[in-house]
Amino acid sequence: MDSRRHHDMGGLDAGPIDQHEVADEPWHKRVKAVVQLLVRNPDSPMNVDELRRGIEDLPPEDYDRLGYYERWTRSTAAILTEKGVFSEAELDAEMAEIEQRWQRNGPS
Amino acid sequence: MSGHHPHPGPPDSEDGSWTREQLMAAAVEALLVRKRVFTPADVAGALDYWASRTPADGARLIARCWTDDAFAARVMDSVNAGAVELGLDIGHTRVVAVANTPKIHNVLVCTLCSCYPIRLLGDSPGWYKSRAYRSRVVREPRAVLSEFGLDIPDDVDVRVHDSTADLRYIVVPMQPTGTEHLTEQELAGLVTRDCMIGTALPRYIPA
Amino acid sequence: MAKEWPIVNRYRVGDPVTVRAHFPSGHARAPFYTRGHSGEVVRVTGPFRNAEERAYGRTGARVPLYRVQIRQRDLWPDYVGSSGDTLVVDLYEHWLEPGDRR
Repeated sequence: MDSRRHHDMGGLDAGPIDQHEVADEPWHKRVKAVVQLLVRNPDSPMNVDELRRGIEDLPPEDYDRLGYYERWTRSTAAILTEKGVFSEAELDAEMAEIEQRWQRNGPS
Repeated sequence: MSGHHPHPGPPDSEDGSWTREQLMAAAVEALLVRKRVFTPADVAGALDYWASRTPADGARLIARCWTDDAFAARVMDSVNAGAVELGLDIGHTRVVAVANTPKIHNVLVCTLCSCYPIRLLGDSPGWYKSRAYRSRVVREPRAVLSEFGLDIPDDVDVRVHDSTADLRYIVVPMQPTGTEHLTEQELAGLVTRDCMIGTALPRYIPA
Repeated sequence: MAKEWPIVNRYRVGDPVTVRAHFPSGHARAPFYTRGHSGEVVRVTGPFRNAEERAYGRTGARVPLYRVQIRQRDLWPDYVGSSGDTLVVDLYEHWLEPGDRR
């Protein structure tokens, strides 16, 4: 069967375009900086095409629910785990530690 | 530039809530620093660099095209080479100029993700990354342009460029009539981000 | 480093081409809506490293990239607009087959 993948949306019906300008949050800018550092360095563990594959491989409901830089984040974590840069356990532990710090100190 | 957070935090979360992806982003950054893939100084430098990228650079390039035909010809051959002439650092990703004419109106999209010449124009607008724009502009460009307030006459062909691979694009709009007396800098002021995507045209309203 | 062989472009500007009606399950750079449709080469660029291989961590073969212009009325039977309206899409050589001269 001719299967169209979820991200490959050219020509599909969709509603009006929301032209509202929304400024990126500071953490979005950090994600952009980190990902660009990775994909523009030929020696880094992730290239831009892997980043795109990781975004395309998100479950469709996540692809639609998440914002642009949230999708980048999920893909980057998945690709770097796949590449063995860090393990899922390391990522989970780091997230837990940061969450504790954020809960203690509040927004910095 | 000031305002960098030495440690990642949830800067805008007044109520102490944050998304899982926000936490994940902070964790990925911390792990990459710990694994020495890059340093905090690298991240700070990247934040500064990307904050410095704005549509003003693209607008300068367009204004120079309007005032210098030979430069415009070189830009049509290679935007990267033209940018170097203006002292702009837009890197090695190939950027291709597509010029509007009295018979052709160009508009850009990336249906598969949201490719955009970010080193020349800064961040793309949210709508450029939206499902609605990516889905619709390749199939009903005139209706989409109408939503942006741009009605293209029937005798002007609309040409949509879907940026799917290694090339990035910039639309070179036509210089508005009655602006021949303006300086290059004043002309650049007429060129908005959306003019270089193709969802708007430069407007000149005499004082 | 191994010697890089020169790349021979299979198509030239003006050549009619058809986008392969191929539907891989992995990372692909030919948009779904263009597959099976015919157009004309308007610019030859590259070679570039094949992003469809790079997406899986490989170096990627060097491949020519073509800008292919397709008439909107050929893409969408119910297209609303002028007969001269077109779409240009960037396609790696392996996505193209020779098309029919009009």
